[in-house]
Amino acid sequence: MTYSATRTRILRGLTLAAAVLFVIGLYLALFWVGPEKEQGAAQRIFYVHLGSFLGAFIAFAATVVGGIAYLRTRDPKWDIFGLANVEIGLGMSAITIVTGMTWARPIWNTWWTWDPRLTSITIMWLAYAAYLMLRSGIEDPERRRRFAAVYGIVAFASVLFTIIIIRVRPDTIHPVVAGPTQADPTGGFDVTGRIRDTLFFNLFSFAVLTVVLIWYRIRLENLSQYVMRRKLEVLSEL
Amino acid sequence: MTVSPEPTTSPAPTDAVSARPAATTRARARQRLTPFWRAVAAIAWKDLRAEIRSRELVNSMVLFTFMTVMVFSLALELDKEARQTTVAGVLWVTVVFAGMIGLSRSLAAEKDRGSLDALLLAPIDRSALFFGKMIGNLLFVLVIALVLQVLLTVLFNVTLIRPLLVLVVLLGSVGFTAAGTLLSSMAVHARAREALLPIILMPVVLPVLISAVRASTAILEGLPRDDWFPWIQLLAVADVIFLAAGYGLFDYVVEE
Repeated sequence: MTYSATRTRILRGLTLAAAVLFVIGLYLALFWVGPEKEQGAAQRIFYVHLGSFLGAFIAFAATVVGGIAYLRTRDPKWDIFGLANVEIGLGMSAITIVTGMTWARPIWNTWWTWDPRLTSITIMWLAYAAYLMLRSGIEDPERRRRFAAVYGIVAFASVLFTIIIIRVRPDTIHPVVAGPTQADPTGGFDVTGRIRDTLFFNLFSFAVLTVVLIWYRIRLENLSQYVMRRKLEVLSEL
Repeated sequence: MTVSPEPTTSPAPTDAVSARPAATTRARARQRLTPFWRAVAAIAWKDLRAEIRSRELVNSMVLFTFMTVMVFSLALELDKEARQTTVAGVLWVTVVFAGMIGLSRSLAAEKDRGSLDALLLAPIDRSALFFGKMIGNLLFVLVIALVLQVLLTVLFNVTLIRPLLVLVVLLGSVGFTAAGTLLSSMAVHARAREALLPIILMPVVLPVLISAVRASTAILEGLPRDDWFPWIQLLAVADVIFLAAGYGLFDYVVEE
């Protein structure tokens, strides 16, 4: 399990950058930006909410890329890439759901409502949880990689559904920040000033954080497969 | 899509035929490849004929449908108003669960009998196999949906046999069976296949299910066009996505 020194240095650098960016992002969200006019301090969680969703989106989109690359090249490294992305994506979307619920309690006066947006992100989460179930259900490693690649591509339909649904359905109460909606079909970006700056900074910091986490997860998986191989070697020598 | 005289062969280099000299085999296979839609029709017809003779699947699906409707009407204690708003949900949940029985049998039976290998060896395009299997499954699901529409109309006194609703049923069933055929062909290889299929299939088809239920309810309540048309659009989009996914990815699922 050796990696080139440059790559490891880049990874360390990115890790440090992610940590620093994350702390600055939180500082901006919690202290620098003023409380929002209507929602007050509760709105501050929105930066983490949208940031983690961006992270989940990056990870799930990368799963599709990994799936296609695996089916084309049959290189197991793309399968590890897909698995790492799904796991990080699941974590990130769990953060999105939990922060959303925390925000909804004071704003909507309920933890949960069967709004199209909330329903669709739950479906998305379940689809990727099913990906892990599928992996654990197939024994043959080559077949497991192949099926996981296919399922990772199919499951992305649920991500698209999550993004599209609030833009085509008028009956959602979930706010839309960017892009066209039923009320405003031309689209737009309706945050300005410090809120916008804070938002962009947090989106960036979450993107970096996601990439770093995926990278570590890939290395972890490589390591665990290496340990498995070594174990088999040792056992066969006995 | 048209009948192509020379459909592309499976793109995967590691095919079952690789034991023999690959180039000549492939050249010969290409010559004898059955036209795409004839292969599709043959597979669908084979499934249909087997089912007409044995009737084991449709019988169990129809009986299951009856029982589910019973369970729903007992569990929900539907009064007149509740029926109007929940009948679409009852319809679709029953279609999905009954359809799942058919889907899990469709490829599992082929695998258990060993006829899956024969199908894979046949000189046909692999995606023809997908569409053939899918059309077979679709017909079973449509039979169930039709039986249900009559049954619910009679038992719940809500007229479900309307042209628009038939359209929604058709679109919803296409999406469900397209995703279902693709995923059930993966689930047959799993350790606990009957348990795995619902887990991997449900989240994928839930968007179809939600759109179908919303569209059906809006149509049944006689709401204006704006209330149900977006859902039908969404259904059509989902159908196209799942059909394309099945067409493109089935090759990779069944190769061996």
